[in-house]
Amino acid sequence: MYAVRQWSVRNARGLEWLYNRFAATLLRLHPLFKRIGYGRLEAPMAVLERHIKGFMFDCQMCGTCTLRSTGMSCPMNCPKILRNGPCGGVRPNGYCEVKPKMRCVWAEAWSGSQRMRNSRIIANIQAPVDNQYRDTSSWLRVTRAGSLVVGSDTDGAA
Amino acid sequence: MNAVMNSDTMHSSGNLEAALRKGHFAVTAETSPPDAADPTVVLERVAALKGVADAVNVTDGAGARAHMSAIACAAILARDGIQPVLQFTARDRNRLALQGDLVGAGALGIHNILCLYGDDPKSGDQPDAMPVFDLDTAGILATAKGLREGAYPGGREVSPPPALFIGAADAPRPLDDNWKPDGLRAKLDAGADFFQTQYCFDMDVLRAYMARLGDKGITERAFFLIGIGPIASVRSARYMNENLFGVHIPEPLIKRLEGAEDQRAEGRVICAELLQELREIDGVSGAHLMAPRQENSIAQVIEGSGVLATR
Repeated sequence: MYAVRQWSVRNARGLEWLYNRFAATLLRLHPLFKRIGYGRLEAPMAVLERHIKGFMFDCQMCGTCTLRSTGMSCPMNCPKILRNGPCGGVRPNGYCEVKPKMRCVWAEAWSGSQRMRNSRIIANIQAPVDNQYRDTSSWLRVTRAGSLVVGSDTDGAA
Repeated sequence: MNAVMNSDTMHSSGNLEAALRKGHFAVTAETSPPDAADPTVVLERVAALKGVADAVNVTDGAGARAHMSAIACAAILARDGIQPVLQFTARDRNRLALQGDLVGAGALGIHNILCLYGDDPKSGDQPDAMPVFDLDTAGILATAKGLREGAYPGGREVSPPPALFIGAADAPRPLDDNWKPDGLRAKLDAGADFFQTQYCFDMDVLRAYMARLGDKGITERAFFLIGIGPIASVRSARYMNENLFGVHIPEPLIKRLEGAEDQRAEGRVICAELLQELREIDGVSGAHLMAPRQENSIAQVIEGSGVLATR
């Protein structure tokens, strides 16, 4: 929903804090997830993620979530699906070239990012969307990847 | 019977359509565009087929891997006097790009196209790529037919229109008693003039299949070019039976390969015999010879079979 999406950008700082807590919690649950099996968790988690992020960010379930890097404004809502924006057509008032009644997703991303503690991360170049992950849970994927980096997984850690 | 023969309405000015309309047994071959930005690489590959096959199919990112664009490769062939059948898949382009390329193909002297759905990127070497599939096969066929009639889907005029002979794919197979030719009819209604099929090495299955199509009035509406190829070895025969969907190489053929001193040569002999056999089957208008990176082998088979010598 557009209004909720805008609220999320305005509250990017709080959501950033929430995101970090949430990610840490998921990471702590990794041993449990592993015991249950990530494959088995995939479908229910994807449904949960679709509903929560769909409500808050108009999430399109690209599966390669970048909200943390884009000021809590989802780039998949850009009509050109730019992962590195804005485009040259953004209107002087910050509205979208294609949908004149919608705020530019990337103008929003910038304002959201400037409210966040990590306000530099938006400058990172985003890789193209990996279409293999479409409609899958980004949370689970990040958690699994994170478990390898942190070494909380005793089997996988060196 | 092939009622589409002797029709006065030639859609293209190409050899393939002309041969088919005259009632000749036509032979097409296949090549895949190289990973090289050089036309001589293309021409070296297909040199053996020049003047031998009626037309040469150019695959479009087969196996969901990137190569030289099919349209560029087809244009190189056309410029060198080899008639291409340009394969068009729905995977990589939306309808605007497809329309542009169809008009462009006409302008580049490409007379024949084969409309296909395309392999999913997940089966290729860049599974993260976005599958487009804006149109399906029937959608491309209808678009091509519409453009040939002189207009984009929105009604905007194309003048002169691309003169295209339009093809679609099919797969001969054993049919249930209650089978209905809805899929083929949909492709015919959408615009297919001819069909090139998946490999069919089982002539009994093919005869039954073509008879059914004849009963249903399909073969009088389009030309059928049946897919065959020189089988390189027993191993490759077994591989094809296990991995290529809908392909069945009968055991007696495999036994023949097994007994041969030179399996590759025996594969070519078998293929030439199949070519001759195809010519005698009612409803079959020609053959489509496929063998990845074996253009020379295909040329040898066609010449050895003598099916084109009687023209």
